[in-house]
Amino acid sequence: MNQATSQNPAPPARPPALRRFFHDLAAVPQRLRASMLRGGAPTSDRTRSSFVFGNLFLHLHSVRVHRWTLRWATTWGLGIMATSGFFLTLATGILLMFYYKPYPAVAYDSIKDIHFVVPTGQFIRNIHRWAAQLMVVAVFLHMARVFYTAAYRAPREYNWVIGMALLVVTLGLSFTGYLLPWDQLAYWAITIGANIAQSPREITDAVGLTPYFDPGGLQRFLLLGSDEIGEEALIRFYLLHVMILPLALAMLLGVHFWRIRKDGGMARPADADARLGPTEPRTYPVFREAPQKTYQLAAIVRGRTAAVGDGPENTLPAMPHLFYGELGVFMLVVALCLALSLVSDAPLKELANPAVPENPAKAPWYFLGLQELVSYSALMGGIGIPTIVVIGLLLIPYLDRETEGTGEWFGGPGGLPLVLASAAFGLAAVIAVEAFAIRFGWIREWFPGAPQLLITFVNPGTVLTAIYALYSVHLVRRFDSTRAGALGLFTCFLCGFVVLTIVGTYFRGPSWEFYWSPSQWPVH
Amino acid sequence: MTTTPAAPPSRLEPEPVSRRDLLGWSALGTAIVALVLAVFGAARLPRAAVVRAPSRKFKVSLPEALLPGEAYLPPGRSAALYRDAEGGVYAISRVCTHLGCLVNTEADGFHCPCHGSRFAPDGAVVKGPAPQGLPWFEVARVGPDTYLVDESKTVPAGTKAVA
Repeated sequence: MNQATSQNPAPPARPPALRRFFHDLAAVPQRLRASMLRGGAPTSDRTRSSFVFGNLFLHLHSVRVHRWTLRWATTWGLGIMATSGFFLTLATGILLMFYYKPYPAVAYDSIKDIHFVVPTGQFIRNIHRWAAQLMVVAVFLHMARVFYTAAYRAPREYNWVIGMALLVVTLGLSFTGYLLPWDQLAYWAITIGANIAQSPREITDAVGLTPYFDPGGLQRFLLLGSDEIGEEALIRFYLLHVMILPLALAMLLGVHFWRIRKDGGMARPADADARLGPTEPRTYPVFREAPQKTYQLAAIVRGRTAAVGDGPENTLPAMPHLFYGELGVFMLVVALCLALSLVSDAPLKELANPAVPENPAKAPWYFLGLQELVSYSALMGGIGIPTIVVIGLLLIPYLDRETEGTGEWFGGPGGLPLVLASAAFGLAAVIAVEAFAIRFGWIREWFPGAPQLLITFVNPGTVLTAIYALYSVHLVRRFDSTRAGALGLFTCFLCGFVVLTIVGTYFRGPSWEFYWSPSQWPVH
Repeated sequence: MTTTPAAPPSRLEPEPVSRRDLLGWSALGTAIVALVLAVFGAARLPRAAVVRAPSRKFKVSLPEALLPGEAYLPPGRSAALYRDAEGGVYAISRVCTHLGCLVNTEADGFHCPCHGSRFAPDGAVVKGPAPQGLPWFEVARVGPDTYLVDESKTVPAGTKAVA
């Protein structure tokens, strides 16, 4: 800026008003930018800090992040990947709402319109679908990452709980999403979902309580808004999909991000600073450029040793080091979704036909493991085992109060060898139980008069769960460590989930029979 | 006139609640009661007082050529109708008791396409996750080879309408 120096006693003559006006007009873009950024361009440590804390959205992040956090191997960017998927579904979902009509008579046609009449409609729907799938994958992987690096431990327990809520909401969004096109997949998925909600009747029927106490029937009615599947059900699932669940997800996501900062950033090993090697010159000195006066900054920082000569806890400014990484992951997700959307179209089956279910009627891939469990018992497969798994996951950070291996991949007693052994055990157990049930059938075929309660509680799904639980107890005792048991149990359930999903996807044919390949399916 | 000194508050003569406190507490109590009642009232919202439900009774004539044990599926209905060798007519639900898919009629009974439940020709479960057999519906003969099926009324297995 060239301005008149104050040495000149006479103020310079003001330029004519019109010139000032055009000068101001020309300066608008630059002044707009300056007024937006408040602190000025993020070029010094000070302005980089104010770039973060002066921004409503960015200030969910901390101003400086530890160098351990910025390693790819710490997070693989999985959380940001899931978040990017959410933003993409949000943007494309709003666009789809311009044309989608949540009414049974026209819902299917409106999806067809989006495909064939609306310019770029099919592309937008493809992105919506691929971003949603990517989000589900990223959420599962993100959970596995946090678990295997023991990052859920104190003080991050509560953020793990929030994360579990996010997982459930994400799956809820996926489920309600594929109900909306009102095609064959949608109709029969609603039928099955509503009846899973009703499955507590397996117990109330068996003990003759249903006429007096019927929580299952109430749940089904609340979902469907009627005794029949129709317009009330569709509008309820639509409301869940476009309003209730996204709002819940956005709020939980805000808390999730904010808690990362409040809980002290990403989990890292106690000796992270030593492992990272010598401090990079750019981490120190902080605020080198700005003040000309002498300040003393006294800060109270949680830690076990005095942080002298390290810069504040060996950190780098979030802008640009963290944000450029996040932006990179986001761009990667966008590119991936666009590429997948160009080569693969979101499916749309035939119009919903209440008279003829498809054979086999399969859910999307991420629910096929559940469908396999449900094919043994509706109540235990659809509600019981998922509830046990979610409660188990919720309890992990409150039961594992150890400190060994925090922030390290497969940290804790046993480590990677234990995880590999558990994977082998988990795979062997699930394949053995599945093979047994497929080859020899189950109680009903051996004893046709067996009571239903016996089958509800003793079926391949619950047997597998019990085997895994016993194995985990064995590990806890052998390693004298809760973490070892958790490592084993989590790995087992992951293997079980993968194998059940593969069986449901590739090896189940008409009437949910086992076939080695779809080429063996009977021709009907 | 002599004035008696104010007696200290005793258990027998507790200090009365001041008027201001009484009003305040009653207001708070009223507000809480109103809120609870309002929430309970609003909780009835998801359940409409009148629910649309199509009639589940229908009349049907069986084809002359229907063989004993062969299923007749009235269009738009979820029942399978049969005529036995003696001419008795009966209806079995095709809604799987597991999770509500429509079962397919096969030579050996019923197969569910969704989770693999199997039912015998009389509706009893033989395999799979279904907790109960397929129910039989009430069938009444209302004319020469015309029958009234009521899908809302179940009857014990083996109940048939005689010609």
